[in-house]
Amino acid sequence: MPDTVANSIVAELRDRIQRLEGPSGRGRQVLPFGVSQIDRRLPGGGLALGSLHEVAGGGNGAIDGAAAALFSAGIAGRTKGKVLWCVTRPDLFAPALAQVGLAPSRIIYVEAGDEKVLLACMEEGLRHGGLGAVVGELARLPMNASRRLQLAAEGSGTVGIVIRRWRRQAEASDFGQPTASVTRWRVSVLPSTPLPVPGVGRARWLVELIRCRAGESADFEVEAPDAKGRIALPSELAHGSPEAQPRRSGAAG
Amino acid sequence: MAATKAQALVTGLVVMDADPVADQEALERLALWALQRYAPIVAADPPDGLVIDTSGADHLHGGEELMLSGMVNRFFGSGIEARAAVADTWGAAHAGARFLARPTHVIAPGGQRDLVERLPIAALRLDSAIVHGLRVLGFNTIGEVAGVPRAPLTLRFGPELGRRLDQALGKVAEPIDPVRTPELIGVRRSFGEPIAAAETIARYAANLVGALCRVLEEKGLGARRVDLLFHRVDNTYQAIRAGTATPVRDAKRLTRLITDRIETIDPGFGIEIMSLTATHAEPLVATQVISSLVEEPEADVSGLIDILGNRIGARRLYRFAPVASDVPERSINRIAPMAPDEGLGWPGHWPRPIRLLLRPEPIETMALLPDHPPVSFTWRGVRRRVRRADGPERVFGEWWKRDAELVAVRDYFQVEDDAGERYWIFRAGDGEHSETGSHKWFLHGIFG
Repeated sequence: MPDTVANSIVAELRDRIQRLEGPSGRGRQVLPFGVSQIDRRLPGGGLALGSLHEVAGGGNGAIDGAAAALFSAGIAGRTKGKVLWCVTRPDLFAPALAQVGLAPSRIIYVEAGDEKVLLACMEEGLRHGGLGAVVGELARLPMNASRRLQLAAEGSGTVGIVIRRWRRQAEASDFGQPTASVTRWRVSVLPSTPLPVPGVGRARWLVELIRCRAGESADFEVEAPDAKGRIALPSELAHGSPEAQPRRSGAAG
Repeated sequence: MAATKAQALVTGLVVMDADPVADQEALERLALWALQRYAPIVAADPPDGLVIDTSGADHLHGGEELMLSGMVNRFFGSGIEARAAVADTWGAAHAGARFLARPTHVIAPGGQRDLVERLPIAALRLDSAIVHGLRVLGFNTIGEVAGVPRAPLTLRFGPELGRRLDQALGKVAEPIDPVRTPELIGVRRSFGEPIAAAETIARYAANLVGALCRVLEEKGLGARRVDLLFHRVDNTYQAIRAGTATPVRDAKRLTRLITDRIETIDPGFGIEIMSLTATHAEPLVATQVISSLVEEPEADVSGLIDILGNRIGARRLYRFAPVASDVPERSINRIAPMAPDEGLGWPGHWPRPIRLLLRPEPIETMALLPDHPPVSFTWRGVRRRVRRADGPERVFGEWWKRDAELVAVRDYFQVEDDAGERYWIFRAGDGEHSETGSHKWFLHGIFG
């Protein structure tokens, strides 16, 4: 008898939480990475659409944001519809984006004068609803701004990606500040896949899931996106090797 | 000067009769052209000028400097040598364009006083008789005239002198009567009592947009650019201009674009007349929506493009299109976001870096010539040992673009350092022949 009472209370609580979270709260659509080891860690089995995600680079990537941009391009390329890419420093090279499956005809670049304008443009893009993804390169992401972006994304179902990119290495500690984003990733470069001949193989990254709402953090060693924007586990790890252990986020999360 | 005297001074001088009427007509046509291109308030300033109220319009052309140089270049392209200046007042801009611009000049906000005072009296838009009279009295610059008591001068030369001085220095307003033609589609609304509240302006703006859309629909047109002019009770104008990427006849969208910028309007003591004009309209015919069972049609984002474009300037919104060129910085071309998709792409068999530096940065290297990648390189003060490398990918100069590139060569290498960071570096020259390049090394991009 107490069991059923407890169950009914839990069910009622669940119901109330769901109502608080809004209609898109639970049955939200996800975009799977297609790598079971990563998708298993994410609630719903993939990257939640209609929410905000943060990606930063590790090491020098905090300044150039190269791997983070390629990782985001891989995600944006697998959505449907046009992609709005907001920058303050125009140094993206479109042929590289095309090589991870984001065709040039799909990306609309917005060159904002400063980060305040960029945030407003991102929010406008997220609210529109007709876009596949909205990507913005930002150094500072205050809590209020991230909350606005998250709400705009929830309302329209568009995925928002913020690439955190700083001017100096010392400013990268800003990544520890809390924001309203659903997941937070750090992508660092690793030595590429060894080849039997001299040359540079497929790029490899250490992808750290630093924070994940309703999920645990983890890190993965992956190969850079292919022509369809899909990342992959390195072949020597894909079979038989122990998967990366879940990791508690430290001071950075 | 008599024509014969001029002919004696300059050999081969072509003499033509002056035609003031035709000049005036041509100036009006030029004003209309500028109206469609630059700002909502434009007027001809006979005999030889155009006056444009650019407030709120310069950011759409990349700022005041770029707007002026763009204007002058465009005139130059059609065979007119123009000079342009921007200032707080019509008088100061008029003087700046004729006496300071080489060929453009921007007078900073509030800075017209210092500049105007140093200019000769002829810059004041006065009758030549008054200018001559002032010279006889020993005045040379505007500052000297402005510095003496006004009353004796007014007694001698009339009120015109004082008025022009005050107009140039911004002490009295000088409204611009905007040029309009009967062909422009427009609607207007006069108010019995002047209005000032933002909500009221927004409501009447929405009404006017509705009326304009009905007129446009009758003519089968869509607006590419609309101007909302506010005629204030103190006889000055305020304006909002909104542009669209494609012809639009949707009242809701146009209203949104206009009400987005109502906060930039200063109603002063009130607004008497609001007039909405479709300055630039294009045919808009209904098209059938493709309905497919298999694939959902892609959402229309032109509304979003318009909102962002009016906010940050249309040229800051773009797409990249492929250009058939092996030189990396020339292989991309900015096109308008709503330009039709050509379906082209870049050849994908060579890896390309995600970040391309604006200019290749010189690096110090240790490398074997001619074909080997460097063993190590130093970039921005950090030495990196090259662990793996790929290349060379040889890019030849484009001799059909510039003669200097006839034999120029770049050899690109993809290199990876100990930490796994991958860079795109190149050597100017083929490593053997000094005429192909300086044989210096540069870093051009960063791989993800």
